Amino acid sequence: MRTRILGARLIDPTSGLDRVADLYLADGRIAAVDQAPAAFEADETLDARGLIAAPGLVDLSAALREPGYGRKGSIASETRAAAAGGVTSLCCPPLTRPVLDTPAVAELILDRAREAGHAKVFPIGALTRELAGEQLAELVALRDTGCVAFGNGLASFASNRHLRRALEYAATFDLTVVFHSQDAALAEDGLAHEGPMAGFLGLAGIPETAETVALARDLLLVEQTGVRAHFSQLSSARGARMIAEAQARGLPVSADVALYQLILTDEALADFSSLYHVQPPLRSRADRDGLRDAVRQGTIQAIASHHQPHEADAKLAPFGATEPGISSVELLLPLALSLVQENVLDLPTLLARLTSGPARALRLPVGRLAAGAPADLVLFDPEAATLAGERWLSKGRNCPFIGHVLPGAVRYTLLDGRISYQA
Amino acid sequence: MTGPKRVPAMTPNDAKRPLQLNDQGRLRHFLSLDGLSRELLTEILDTADSFLEVGTRAVKKVPLLRGRTVCNVFFENSTRTRTTFEMAAQRLSADVITLNVSTSSTSKGETLFDTLRNLEAMAADMFVIRHADSGAAHFIAEHVCPDVAVINGGDGRHAHPTQGMLDMLTIRRHKGGFENLSVAIVGDILHSRVARSDMLALRALGCPDIRVIGPKTLLPMGLEQYGVRVFHDLDEGLRDVDVVIMLRLQRERMQGGLLPSQGEFYRLYGLSTARLARARPDAIVMHPGPINRGVEIESAVADGAQSVILNQVTYGIAVRMAVLSMAMSGQTAQRQLNSESEEQI
Amino acid sequence: MTLPDPAVLLPRMAAELKRHLQAHRIDTPRFVGIHTGGVWVAQALLAALDSEEPLGVLDVSFYRDDFTQSGLHPQVRPSALPFEVEGQHLVLVDDVLMTGRTVRAALNELFDYGRPASVTLVCLLDLDARELPIRPDVVGQTLSLAPDERVKLLGPAPLALERQVLA
Repeated sequence: MRTRILGARLIDPTSGLDRVADLYLADGRIAAVDQAPAAFEADETLDARGLIAAPGLVDLSAALREPGYGRKGSIASETRAAAAGGVTSLCCPPLTRPVLDTPAVAELILDRAREAGHAKVFPIGALTRELAGEQLAELVALRDTGCVAFGNGLASFASNRHLRRALEYAATFDLTVVFHSQDAALAEDGLAHEGPMAGFLGLAGIPETAETVALARDLLLVEQTGVRAHFSQLSSARGARMIAEAQARGLPVSADVALYQLILTDEALADFSSLYHVQPPLRSRADRDGLRDAVRQGTIQAIASHHQPHEADAKLAPFGATEPGISSVELLLPLALSLVQENVLDLPTLLARLTSGPARALRLPVGRLAAGAPADLVLFDPEAATLAGERWLSKGRNCPFIGHVLPGAVRYTLLDGRISYQA
Repeated sequence: MTGPKRVPAMTPNDAKRPLQLNDQGRLRHFLSLDGLSRELLTEILDTADSFLEVGTRAVKKVPLLRGRTVCNVFFENSTRTRTTFEMAAQRLSADVITLNVSTSSTSKGETLFDTLRNLEAMAADMFVIRHADSGAAHFIAEHVCPDVAVINGGDGRHAHPTQGMLDMLTIRRHKGGFENLSVAIVGDILHSRVARSDMLALRALGCPDIRVIGPKTLLPMGLEQYGVRVFHDLDEGLRDVDVVIMLRLQRERMQGGLLPSQGEFYRLYGLSTARLARARPDAIVMHPGPINRGVEIESAVADGAQSVILNQVTYGIAVRMAVLSMAMSGQTAQRQLNSESEEQI
Repeated sequence: MTLPDPAVLLPRMAAELKRHLQAHRIDTPRFVGIHTGGVWVAQALLAALDSEEPLGVLDVSFYRDDFTQSGLHPQVRPSALPFEVEGQHLVLVDDVLMTGRTVRAALNELFDYGRPASVTLVCLLDLDARELPIRPDVVGQTLSLAPDERVKLLGPAPLALERQVLA
């Protein structure tokens, strides 16, 4: 299969490439930029004039809900939704049923993802069995099956000693650990950022210190054990500053933020809409601005969807009785482009945080637009608009952005040179 | 390729009509005092005054809601609130059904949703909801049965708007108004829906000096948005106030590490005769009940001349009659508006 | 057709009411005005009768039969009867009698205070548009209006009648 992509503006954050040129794909890879390789005969030509071609988006966290949560989503449905959002590679968190703590579960996920063929799936394995925070999972066996990193979600460890040992073990084999730093006791029963809004609504608060206290401990243990660490789903400005300080003193840690944390604040909770119930919670405007700064400066090198699809019933209850999470992977690109529209980020920086940044964080062999790289691409029209929810592929409709008009529209997503989504 | 199209900026928070008001700005649900105008709150108090008079008649009943069905659905126990709502509905001649629904047995959300849908199918005209989750009444009014008037009988820590209004009626009847008053709210503000509703109501009605008194462990974040002054010292906070509102202290606060003991709480924040002397000599003492004698209030104060705690109960029925009839009226009007606009289509 | 002047009607009504009460051997009538026009008329009648009797005030909002159509009146006032109703002879006063529904509501309300011995109905104007079998015992004047016309009493002093045309 050979494809010629005609006249797109090519942007590759890694190389700094940003100009209009033709692109030649062959055998699932990018064969050449500008000039066709010798004897290149295209089976297909995509007229991409007016479109931007970028590396396919790399999403460090999208829950696929399979195995175990079929009412919320499946690997097929959610990877298909991801392709519509411009995503070609994604990591799925280990909170499945059974938990992704054995090679069998990892294999099942990888097989299903290959069958579906909508996106490359890189599983994140459970750091401990059942995510219980006590006994280590078989990390090396999981790595050999295809897990790219290990985490324990928001579930806490039985003790700091258990955590330290898990990190030491992971460090032995140069495995990456994904942290969701939130102190379970400080966050206990909490539903919303501890601030004026939670106080007003009478929702139990999750203080900023739930994040920063855990983050301080985690950073110290990372320093001590030398483990490769990635901090996921940062929610506070203070937390982002702590990451920056750690990076400044030479600790090689990376971080990501949920895209919705860069857009929404706890003010959205005013009407008790369960669509805004997320964990960690939406925080203050100052926190959002701090996170935006950290993304701009590169302290936070990845923006992830933290896609969490739910069945309707999961959100159909009073706020505190609902399940947290937003279904948003299929809006990843247009929703992210709203940050460019609002002058929060420039387009090349945004694309870096959505492609090369996350790929580097977890050492994924994707996220580049260059000759020889896999032909994972997104082609989008920056001048068109997306009416969110006009079509909806995810099983979870729990998305507060449905009905909004978002800037930019994905026209094609290509996975290994093949069209995985076409508008 | 077409030229650039204008893309409207995304607005995550759409402005919408307040859920509890109808198109004419009248009550159709009663969920919270947030966003209600001084005029509307005054109208509630005026109407309640009229109903208070009904309570003095030989027949303490008016035919206003004859033929209507009011369902009290209590997911959380509260004998007093439930009884006064029942009595209010009965004095309006409504048919009253009361359901005590346990939340422990099944999945909370489903029980709530299904229970109410079932009741709605039985042609209930109004729900009085008491629920342990903040926002439960909003949820029901918005997602479960928007055409049934929903009255919040207390939701989590969020709001207890009828208690708030009965407190305001108590203050107005004993102090004549709100313009020059100093009001202190004492105790566990953090967990108190009563305190939140009282603060909103006092502010909306123009009370110039609202004080809250308690230890930091029992105060929520963001009290400044209510325009209140925070005191940690009871004697200082009570100085020259006209009204003291004591809150109930739940025993489980000691287990959560919020307080060392009931004894220490009483010593610091309990209202004794000596403490009350800091307030103005004609100050009134209020409490939403049930009171914990010797925990937040001394018996001599609770039963004393300055206590209006029992009057509050009487006023509670009148306020609930006012709210029930006003919301039923606004909801009925909205249904008519809706059906008229449907006809036009 | 011009509207009558209440100042002219009231002395006549007072005289007629006096005769009515004497004929029915009512010594101590208890006056009740329907909020607000009826209260003004009742006050004027008491003055004309040179009576110091206390006046009861009824707000029939809670007893109206049009709650489903028009809802609760936003400015409800408390009813106040400064006397017992049980076993008493009541004089119920309203300004304008039209359909009779207000009087029906007032009668229902009065009976919730107790069982009166009798109720005498006094109206300043009868618009001859009754929908219920309710008849005034004393009336100032009977008028027929066009279907889109209403009459409003302005007061309390001086009392005047004003013609209104429905929009």
